[in-house]
Amino acid sequence: MTDTVEIADGPPDGLEDRTVITGLGTMAPNGMNTADYWAATLAGRSGIEPLRRFDATGYPSALAGQITGFSAEGRIPGRLLPQTDRVTRLALAATDEALADAAVVPAELEDYGMGVVTSNATGGFEFTHTEIHKLWTKGPQHVSVYESFAWFYAVNTGQISIRHGMRGPSGVIVSEQAGGLDAIGQARRTIRSGTSLSVTGGVESSLDPWGWTCHQTNGHISRTSDPALAFRPFDAAASGSVPGEGGAILVLESERAARKRGAPRLYGEIAGYAATFDPAPGSDRRPGLARAARLALADAGIEPGDVDVVFADSAGVPRLDRLEAEAIVEVFGRDAVPVTAPKSLVGRLCAGGGPLDVVAAVLAIRDGLVPPTFHTVDVPEEYGLDLVRGSARPLDVRTALVLARGIRGFNAAIVVRGIDRAVDRIVESDAKGVAAA
Amino acid sequence: MTSRVVITGIGVLAPGGNGTKNFWDLLTAGRTATRRISFFDPSPFRSQVAAECDFDPAVAGLTEREIRRMDRAAMLAVVAARESMQDSGLAFDQLDPTRVAVSVGSAVGATTSLEREYLVLSDGGRDWLVDPAYASAHLYDYLTPGSIAAEVAWAVGAEGPTGIVSSGCTSGLDSVGYARQLIADGTADIVVAGATDAPISPIAVACFDAIKATTPNNSDPAAASRPFDLTRSGFVLAEGAAMLVLENYDHARRRGAHIYAEITGYATRSNAYHMTGLKTDGREMAEAIRQALDQSRIDPTAVDYINAHGSGTKQNDRHETAAFKRSLGEHAYRIPVSSIKSMVGHSLGAIGSIEVAACALSIEYGVVPPTANLHNADAECDLDYVPITARDHVTNTVLSVGSGFGGFQTAMVLRRVEGVKA
Repeated sequence: MTDTVEIADGPPDGLEDRTVITGLGTMAPNGMNTADYWAATLAGRSGIEPLRRFDATGYPSALAGQITGFSAEGRIPGRLLPQTDRVTRLALAATDEALADAAVVPAELEDYGMGVVTSNATGGFEFTHTEIHKLWTKGPQHVSVYESFAWFYAVNTGQISIRHGMRGPSGVIVSEQAGGLDAIGQARRTIRSGTSLSVTGGVESSLDPWGWTCHQTNGHISRTSDPALAFRPFDAAASGSVPGEGGAILVLESERAARKRGAPRLYGEIAGYAATFDPAPGSDRRPGLARAARLALADAGIEPGDVDVVFADSAGVPRLDRLEAEAIVEVFGRDAVPVTAPKSLVGRLCAGGGPLDVVAAVLAIRDGLVPPTFHTVDVPEEYGLDLVRGSARPLDVRTALVLARGIRGFNAAIVVRGIDRAVDRIVESDAKGVAAA
Repeated sequence: MTSRVVITGIGVLAPGGNGTKNFWDLLTAGRTATRRISFFDPSPFRSQVAAECDFDPAVAGLTEREIRRMDRAAMLAVVAARESMQDSGLAFDQLDPTRVAVSVGSAVGATTSLEREYLVLSDGGRDWLVDPAYASAHLYDYLTPGSIAAEVAWAVGAEGPTGIVSSGCTSGLDSVGYARQLIADGTADIVVAGATDAPISPIAVACFDAIKATTPNNSDPAAASRPFDLTRSGFVLAEGAAMLVLENYDHARRRGAHIYAEITGYATRSNAYHMTGLKTDGREMAEAIRQALDQSRIDPTAVDYINAHGSGTKQNDRHETAAFKRSLGEHAYRIPVSSIKSMVGHSLGAIGSIEVAACALSIEYGVVPPTANLHNADAECDLDYVPITARDHVTNTVLSVGSGFGGFQTAMVLRRVEGVKA
């Protein structure tokens, strides 16, 4: 177990200013805040169930990772309700949690020193379904004055920026399910370039009938109707995945800025990040996931043996599970590192998936517990994976690798490292510096 | 930030003529490409004009399969990317694909295909519970616009970082800024970077109608986009794409590449004010401009030309005029400022990259494109907006700015590379 660090000193002079995680905000199908999500993830409470929002009888699949019981009223200013899709309300609520967790009061910080970088791959889809329905049934004059900005992919970044007065470098990256990690990687770049704080991550929601139909066509959706069997990553009987909604928002800060303002805790650092893209279909070149993992480890200045756990992308599609297993074995060796996929309880959240896994990684480091891959029972021997199953595994987690793949070939990897480990590294690099001198 | 980043290839697919040469001819002639919408019957809409591309994907070299699966925005991007690759003189098939990245800006992704498919699935909008039996096999690619970046990466043969940058109407500047960062920090040697949007569809027209952002000036479509003019009444929706080959400076010099310009500065700030509204003071855009100048290590007097956002809304024109004065001081009055949106319209996320292409060409040819349709400037817009006619002008350093829904304010500085063709 690794305690989160609560000391006031900055990093020793001359050392790299790390990008640290100081706040977590979670909006998941099995927990509408970080504590509930983590408790559910450890206990195996699933958020996958039959769609409640409309009658999905007659659709190819009817199971989704759904956030149920979320009420925007009281959590989101009333004036924002008519102008926001569900996805933006979820993102704003997660942001509130993350900022409160980090004890950030934006009004007390420099406005250009705070940015917002998020990922979102489907926009405010239910909102736009409603408006396009009005357009074609009632006419153009019935389309909402908010349609022009409630749909587009930048909506969450924009609304978070406005709500909290954040005027620093901001942006939006879209690369299907890899996008959430790409956003975190980009937020880290802005911090390394001098921005003190960045609100980052990704939240997705497109489970209205039209969005649901679009999800059906991605070729990965499980047709299994039993919620316990539909999404079993790496299982011999894996039958595909289940779409879900939600995600996570993190507060990242430069370590100096976080310590200077007295951040209550440093959960860990984003120690490494890399992204790659697969070769074009039909190429005989290898997919890019292993390379993304290696590049992220190199960026963190560590070897595969330094990684304590891998949070897998875990597509749940046999062909893709096999490719991921090969990539993990290629980097780490057979059965060489514990691997897990807590997303088996929530489904694939597109841009929200990677950030939610980063939250799980951070909490695994904090609590010394690797959450299991619920629903998965029988992992083919030839995968060579030590997949954590059944119940949480106690483990002194210092460093976690989070992987994500986006449909059509996107790969991203992030190394999350506990702060005490970072201190070890500083001491080591100091020693090397002395030796070199 | 260590490595210098230069532009070595340009591909443009803009209204009024496909390809970089036709684009530049249009701009320097001061011709406009805005017209009455031809893609559908615009008569039920408030704004009935747009700047459309006369684009035949088969003629442009796309295969039947590419045409079947791609949204129009993807097709425009792929065709522009191919032109930029050829223009760069790089043998892409000889490059290490892992060192080649792709960055594509797009504000609204595959909107046009989504709406087209919606009409089939919903039986003309009648059914709320859309019928999945009619779903296109490519529907998911329209739902998630990363597919557009994937298409470009496949065309390029890139295996480095690939993604869509989607910050509304500054996407096209931000995607190039993102690409610059990938080269500067050593992640990639080459990035095919740019932007695309093809939003001329009923839902896009209707959503801008709803907030009166687009012009209702339907009687004279060719003159409908009138940035900075007293009679302006909103922007003209457009489509298009521009892709650039961005390259590590040393890499480009080693192979003796033709270098259009160096990207010396880029910054983005947010106004944190309103999703569509702008304050009149231009504070955040001015801050972005100052940051971009600082990165370029120049002061305002070095700027030879400003490519304005110039969308043709009163709010924008006053906002950015204030931002120029705030960031450049008295020098703002001495710099030519123009808006090519007066000619090619406002293609949302794409236009930022199209404007970067125009800036690089302005440096290349020593010509500043004009602001068409500008006959009587708004009294609050009192800078030199280069009305009507292009101007010969030494352009060593160019500033391009963008402003977008969501509050994004972006600035980029391009400079002629010394010793590389004056």
